[in-house]
Amino acid sequence: MISFTIKRLFQSVLVMLFVALLSFFLFNFVGDPISNMVGQETSHAEMDDLRERLGLNDPFIVKFGRFLADAVQGKFGISYRLQRPVDELIAERMPATLELVFLSAVIATTLGVLGGLVTGLKPESWFSKFILTGSLLGVSLPTFVIGILLIYIFAVSLNWLPSFGRGEVVDLGGWRTGFATLSGWKALILPAITLALYQMTLILRIIRSEMLEVLRTDFIKFARARGLKKRDINFGHALKNTLIPVITVTGLQVGSLIAFSIITETVFQWPGMGSLFIQGVQFADVPVMSAYLVLVALFFVAINLIVDLLYFVVDPRLRSDLKGGHQ
Amino acid sequence: MTSISFGKKWASLLDHDVTYSFLHSPTAIIAAFVTLCFFILSFGAPIITSYTPFDPESLDLMDGFIPPAWSPNGEVAHFLGTDGQGRDILAAILYGTQVSLTVGLLSVVLSISIGIPLGIIAGYFGGIVDTAIMRIADVQLTIPPILIALMIDGVARTVFTHSLHEVVAIPVLIVSIGIASWPQYARISRSGAMVERKKDYIAAARLIQTPTHLILIRHIVPNVFGPTLIVATIGVAVAIIIEATLSFLGVGVPPTAPSLGTLIRIGNDFIFSGEWWITFFPAFALVLLVLSVNLIGDWLRDTFNPKLR
Repeated sequence: MISFTIKRLFQSVLVMLFVALLSFFLFNFVGDPISNMVGQETSHAEMDDLRERLGLNDPFIVKFGRFLADAVQGKFGISYRLQRPVDELIAERMPATLELVFLSAVIATTLGVLGGLVTGLKPESWFSKFILTGSLLGVSLPTFVIGILLIYIFAVSLNWLPSFGRGEVVDLGGWRTGFATLSGWKALILPAITLALYQMTLILRIIRSEMLEVLRTDFIKFARARGLKKRDINFGHALKNTLIPVITVTGLQVGSLIAFSIITETVFQWPGMGSLFIQGVQFADVPVMSAYLVLVALFFVAINLIVDLLYFVVDPRLRSDLKGGHQ
Repeated sequence: MTSISFGKKWASLLDHDVTYSFLHSPTAIIAAFVTLCFFILSFGAPIITSYTPFDPESLDLMDGFIPPAWSPNGEVAHFLGTDGQGRDILAAILYGTQVSLTVGLLSVVLSISIGIPLGIIAGYFGGIVDTAIMRIADVQLTIPPILIALMIDGVARTVFTHSLHEVVAIPVLIVSIGIASWPQYARISRSGAMVERKKDYIAAARLIQTPTHLILIRHIVPNVFGPTLIVATIGVAVAIIIEATLSFLGVGVPPTAPSLGTLIRIGNDFIFSGEWWITFFPAFALVLLVLSVNLIGDWLRDTFNPKLR
């Protein structure tokens, strides 16, 4: 277990180094940020001065060394567009994104697992067929279309919920939360549902097909033949054996939530990291883009690591394998 | 020899199972029909409609914000209404679908042409080559394609100047979506190649000293191609969604040649003032198109590989 953890940690660090190198390479040989930052009246002398001040004239090795050293400390330089430190900008925006992703993950996994269980256990009922048809529609509806639809129904037509922003936020020592006020919750509902819907359908479909697969196996038939209670079979035997793929997919989906939050944040003008990144892409704001890339990669690597370690918790075979010295 | 027997196999397959399954699946028939309609209508747009919605000179601002034909103020000439600049929505959808389909299809072609060779090489040769290719694929698979496409597109945006970017926007989009989705095709063709490699006919081909590249091209590729193509159908739907999303975010195709995503983005500004049709109809067309392609993909998968059901 310990050697496995160390091995996976080492791999994670390698991946992160690779991503850091990639983000450095991509964004250091790309475009001329100065021309994007300044107005047309700016003189060449002023442009050169700005270039020097932002450290864009230094040799490659110096820039790369500085990038790595700074990245470890979470410093990604000064945003070309907003002329403020990127880590400050991200720290300001992160609570909004994380709260949105957290609530969506809760919605997606709870409803996804429940729906998957229902449709997997009773595949022929009309309720299952209804959910399944709905889930196919859910996969075909792009996130931004869902968002627009929800805005049109609940914000424009019914006027129940706000269509943009976070509502009132409360500052908890640098973490500005929307969970503390009613208007914060109201503003959170539509974006969270929008973000959760697609991931929910994916989780639902995976759990359903895994349940169907497991329920067909011999040991379930045997359990039925022994006259075990239906509930014990379904949850004690079947559900337990679907957990590995379910954990994998759920983990990856939670990761995707962070990426898909870019879209949701754009639709709902949510002041999070995703909208910061999109503006960064549009204005060729290199420090913001590279910081976001590294940060998202860090999230993904961390989630993958956690998923791998969770396998040990749910699959006893892995543990005994290691004890037996096969690994 | 191989090509003839392969053709025969294909013909007999069409004679029996697939055709039968197709004709007995109303969903598949309707989905195929709708998809076909989208193809014909969008690529035949210049013949079908006389409007040229993206030629600024043909637009008249006086025609702006006309609601659909069945509303009180609607006009039959603009059946689905017009947007703020007097563009006919129906014509815009037809031309937009053309862009969406082109980007969707070509990017999948690109993913396949990266994924299949790499997957086959990994699966056939194994060892270090396999580890290297699949490790890269694994790392890329953990990051959603849309994020990778966004990154590549963002980089291209900064490399090309603004005026040049309008010209290269669609190729850039195809390349970024294509690169973003190759790993899944590499995975499928790899597992296919690993199975084929162990079969006797490959051993026989090697015994008579068939050059390795011929074994790969003549024997492995045809056997791996089918399963990959089935996945590619759903891949087209995914690619269309990614393209629409990027265009909606404002980093996809330029407004001068809008796709469905761009049209939805344009219309999104007007839903608060009640002009719902500007965004609703393009969105409906997009969902209908993606749903039909998904349904065809589902049907293909169930027909050719019932185990995956």
